[in-house]
Amino acid sequence: MSILIDQNTKVICQGFTGKQGTFHARHALDYGTKLIAGVTPGRGGSEHLGLPVFNTVQEAYDATQADASVIYVPPFFAADAILEAVDAGIKLIVCITEGIPVLHMLRVKAAMQDSGALLIGPNCPGIITPEQCKIGIMPGNIHQAGSIGIVSRSGTLTYEAVHQTTQQGLGQSTCVGIGGDPIHGMNFIDVISRFQADDKTQGIIMVGEIGGSEEEEAAEYIKNHVTKPVVSYITGLTAPAGKRMGHAGAIVTGGKGTAEGKVNALKAAGVEVVNSPSAMGIAMKERLLAR
Amino acid sequence: MNIHEFQAKQLFRDYKIPVPESRVVTSAGQALAAINSLSGAGWAVKAQVHAGGRGKVGGVKIVKTATEAVDAVSQMLGQQLITQQTTAAGLPINSVLIEQTTAIKREFYLSLIIDRHSEKLCFIASEAGGMDIEAVAAESPEKIISLFIHPAAGLQAYQCRQIAFALGLQGEQLKKLHKLMTGMMQLFLDKDASQIEINPLVETETGDLLALDAKINFDDNACALHQDILALRDTSQEDEKENIAKQFDLNYITLEGNIGCMVNGAGLAMATMDLVKLKGGTPANFLDVGGGTTTEKVTEAFKLIVSDKNVKAVLVNIFGGIVQCDVIAKGILGALAQIKTDLPVIVRLEGTHAEEGRALLHNVAPNIIPAEDLDHAAEQAVALAGGAA
Repeated sequence: MSILIDQNTKVICQGFTGKQGTFHARHALDYGTKLIAGVTPGRGGSEHLGLPVFNTVQEAYDATQADASVIYVPPFFAADAILEAVDAGIKLIVCITEGIPVLHMLRVKAAMQDSGALLIGPNCPGIITPEQCKIGIMPGNIHQAGSIGIVSRSGTLTYEAVHQTTQQGLGQSTCVGIGGDPIHGMNFIDVISRFQADDKTQGIIMVGEIGGSEEEEAAEYIKNHVTKPVVSYITGLTAPAGKRMGHAGAIVTGGKGTAEGKVNALKAAGVEVVNSPSAMGIAMKERLLAR
Repeated sequence: MNIHEFQAKQLFRDYKIPVPESRVVTSAGQALAAINSLSGAGWAVKAQVHAGGRGKVGGVKIVKTATEAVDAVSQMLGQQLITQQTTAAGLPINSVLIEQTTAIKREFYLSLIIDRHSEKLCFIASEAGGMDIEAVAAESPEKIISLFIHPAAGLQAYQCRQIAFALGLQGEQLKKLHKLMTGMMQLFLDKDASQIEINPLVETETGDLLALDAKINFDDNACALHQDILALRDTSQEDEKENIAKQFDLNYITLEGNIGCMVNGAGLAMATMDLVKLKGGTPANFLDVGGGTTTEKVTEAFKLIVSDKNVKAVLVNIFGGIVQCDVIAKGILGALAQIKTDLPVIVRLEGTHAEEGRALLHNVAPNIIPAEDLDHAAEQAVALAGGAA
């Protein structure tokens, strides 16, 4: 088992024929992802990477019954792309695009309510179930099928967690990058609750950062609903207040969203919080051995 | 992106948010003409810098005569203003706002922000105006009113009335506040603001509402959609290195330590800073070279880091995903070919093409030091920088 995606997940790609779309679609195909079609307005009826191209997501969905769509379109067109996928009936939408205006996402989230679709991202590496399905920009080769569920707001720190759990021989069930934007799709609780329910997942690594209160809310959820061991790393202890640290969502405002507050909340919920980004894998191994 | 108070007030005028009569001057010579064209018995002379806390450090002066006004302006212009929100170097005062003063009855706080938890726009109001709102929130949270705006319905009149009654406004003032809040909403949405703050919003002796101060921040992700807002940018108020970095599409933030950091990915870049601190050192910067980086960008990033005189050691931490480690190595070599540096450079390369990257940097120079793992790399960097800054 795994969460959200597996070897049967049929994927389409929006922004398929662009530079980013082409590059990552090729890697996804090499990895064995069931990428079956792409969408680029005006290029419908043609072929790209040996796959059919459609003008609209609706046409692609009607022809393929795709389960998921991955979005590689420029930031000012991304809100439109997400809503097009929602309208077409795609159930899992993964938006990689970085730099989408916050007000665009505000409207997207309001419009998505009650649609039943799930959104991962934006500004994220995507989602992968190792050796089955890769949707996004993560390097496939560092992953290994296994037992750890990873959820993170940061791309490169996800790779650190993946690399370390592979080195420890634990591997990963599914890894979800929920993205670094202040307003985004699935949050920690949405992912952690699925890991808790997943037979394959033995332990959960949660990588958080400054800004917002999702880590604190996750801590509360973990305390009440999660029985599997959780290891966490929170970054941004040294970030100056009021400065946006690369990610649009990584900012401490008015004393809210600090790393200390998040670390304390997680510790109080029984989560093992490591203070070095290189200690996530070993800490998880020790937690599993101690059970 | 930040703008000056006088620019924010011009936007307020465009959106029918009442502000005092004022003139902007960039030389003492203009001050006299400015005073003559304004009525009133007294004026506020306000230094225009991108930072709050001006009043406490002489950045705002109340004057009664034209001579006093000219004196105040000439004292301010050309100076660096150091407030609790600036660095130790402060920010240059290149323009000064001269504004009519008003007889004030009461001071309020009013702002409009994006609340990420509810994913809605949110008005925050308080009867405790003119103060640090974070301190008010901490000490007397009952004095803070938060009001959420549904994205589909927009701002409703009853919501404005709620705030008006909570602030003790009455009669015609209800309509005035409604108009003012409607203007704030429209401005926020039209220009992709991320925050609009009026502190204080005052009730004058004659019962009018007036925005005495104005602060607007804009969403960096949306600025390219608004050329009129981009035109308001004042690079003299921004960090020079951060501006150079922007030209090369690098994500750089100046800090005050002595260990330069070059990292890929915002999360890993922050984590690297934290790790340096954990090992007893202090980071000189935040730098994310980005996902689609090139050797040229890495070269520029490296040059930028070493141009900081405080830097005593450089820590390169790359987890190659899309970024290939050999690209990073070539970029470092490119920088070393252009500039001479004896600074120790500790390099940790992992992931895509790590072996190729390490081979390129092997035995290049005695100060290029490979590190096997991240903890070790941070320890070495701290030791070679001579401990904490």
